[in-house]
Amino acid sequence: MSGGHSTYSPKTGIGRWIDARMPLPRLVHDSFVSYPVPRNLNYAYTFGGILSIMLVAQILTGVVLAMHYANDTTLAFQSVEKIMRDVNSGWLLRYMHSNGASFFFIAVYIHIMRGLYYGSYKAPRELLWILGCIIYLLMMATGFMGYVLPWGQMSFWGATVITGFFTAIPLVGEWVQQLLLGGFAVDNPTLNRFFALHYLLPFMIAGVVILHVWALHVVGQTNPTGIEVKSKTDTVAFTPYATIKDGFAMVVFLAVFAYFIFYIPNYLGHPDNYIQADSLKTPAHIVPEWYYLPFYAILRAITFNIGPIDSKLGGVLAMFGSIAVLFVVPWLDTSKVRSAVYRPWYKLFFWLFVINAIFLGWLGSKPAEGLYIPLMQISTLYYFAFFLIIMPVLGLIETPRRLPNSITEAVLEKNKGGSAHPAGATAAPETRG
Amino acid sequence: MSATDTSEPNRRDFLYVATGMAGVVGAGALAWPFIDQMRPDASTLAASSIEVDVSSVTPGMSLTVKWRGKPVFIRNRTPEEIKAAQEVPLAELKDPVARNANIAADAPANDIDRTAGEGKENWMVMVGVCTHLGCVPLGQQGDFGGWFCPCHGSHYDTAGRIRKGPAPENLHIPNFQFISDTTIRVG
Repeated sequence: MSGGHSTYSPKTGIGRWIDARMPLPRLVHDSFVSYPVPRNLNYAYTFGGILSIMLVAQILTGVVLAMHYANDTTLAFQSVEKIMRDVNSGWLLRYMHSNGASFFFIAVYIHIMRGLYYGSYKAPRELLWILGCIIYLLMMATGFMGYVLPWGQMSFWGATVITGFFTAIPLVGEWVQQLLLGGFAVDNPTLNRFFALHYLLPFMIAGVVILHVWALHVVGQTNPTGIEVKSKTDTVAFTPYATIKDGFAMVVFLAVFAYFIFYIPNYLGHPDNYIQADSLKTPAHIVPEWYYLPFYAILRAITFNIGPIDSKLGGVLAMFGSIAVLFVVPWLDTSKVRSAVYRPWYKLFFWLFVINAIFLGWLGSKPAEGLYIPLMQISTLYYFAFFLIIMPVLGLIETPRRLPNSITEAVLEKNKGGSAHPAGATAAPETRG
Repeated sequence: MSATDTSEPNRRDFLYVATGMAGVVGAGALAWPFIDQMRPDASTLAASSIEVDVSSVTPGMSLTVKWRGKPVFIRNRTPEEIKAAQEVPLAELKDPVARNANIAADAPANDIDRTAGEGKENWMVMVGVCTHLGCVPLGQQGDFGGWFCPCHGSHYDTAGRIRKGPAPENLHIPNFQFISDTTIRVG
């Protein structure tokens, strides 16, 4: 809450009566109305809000889909087809849910990249960042288990490959895998428990989101300059400034989402998942959903043994390591300057990282053979080098550009460079940054 | 009570320790059934043995049967395939262990130890699950004319031994026996 005290004053008798007993309206007012946000937030900062509505949309569509879905291997595939053909508006709800998962991940990737670019993870926001990493992990688990439910070929074989990761663990691997599957292979017990967990996890995500927002409101938002808020002129009120900006970004995002739902609803899916699961026939080319592809490439990049670790365990460790490394980013980055805007070299390596991550995703969709394997290895090497070498070393040797003294100064400087604003007008808080 | 009495265990201390112990032991005992229920249930474990008629499987033919939810490959190998597998020196194998549940766990992966044994070298019975991440390999494909896993590119030879690719082990051989000349019991 950036040290500010509550400015809420209920205007009605009922408002005062509630405020004295359970001040929920005060909490909402302080968090989403009068809450001060930096005046220079750009559209990269609207994805937190977009993620919130995507979570709500997924839960709503998911709950109604569960009312029509049959959680049994002999019925699951047909029940999904029934949703598509017979249930009123079922096709729309299912396409909203399946494409919603993809758009949830698009938003989260932009949100994470925003954090990496502007150094949002740096002190005092380490816990805020870690809570975000936990949400991301929960999202991955939820998305994976949701993809199994339609019981298509990709559902079945994706589940087989991913639960197969656990057999790489020495000694207890097989026991753990059987514990997850409830049998010796993916089968009815697996589908039952995945459905139960797929229903549960989004509510756990919602719980961690509350912690994430709480942590955010304790330390305050970062902003493109990376300079902390110093005075009242550095901020504007959440409502209407941030609310309307978030709202506009949501409308644009949802318009793109709607385009996918109505015009290319299966573009992000895989045609093999419209073939019912067959435990005796593996599809020629198993690929996970697009949002896991970079990690799938990292898994398959390790084709060699590393000392006592065989290639299978090595691949699994590299894949989990690529996500685990995110948790320690606040301590890997040694730079005193937060934002990439003032770090010319970091900016370069950051964009290389983004291109490399997309390239890894493309490689993840390719078979593990020929030239793709060395490319996966080089790309994986850069992924880890960015976090483990570039981040710590660059912070020590890079000369950052001069930082403005305050957010207000940065905004004024920027406006001076652009069109000829009257000096007086730019000092007013309603000027856009 | 005087001050010295408070160092003696009193009724409050007893209640404190007893409640704590009941909490720890109780929570532990209660947690186990929640984990235990996830393990394979009795009906899954019961379906663990099948009998297969292989009278129609002539040399060069394969049969895939389902056992414990997994495919089992039964192949009647051709003389060329047997010869190719026998000629491979053990030193060339990525996994030198037979992985055959019917013989000693550390038996070497000689061709004979991968098959149904003396006089039945032409018969291969293997769990058709890639030892990498569990896909079903395709028969008579790959660089060694044995099995090839399309998921992550593991090549197995005509004795189902891993030769190239990420899989760490040879294809596993389940417990099986010929209960007559034309019938195999798996499991």
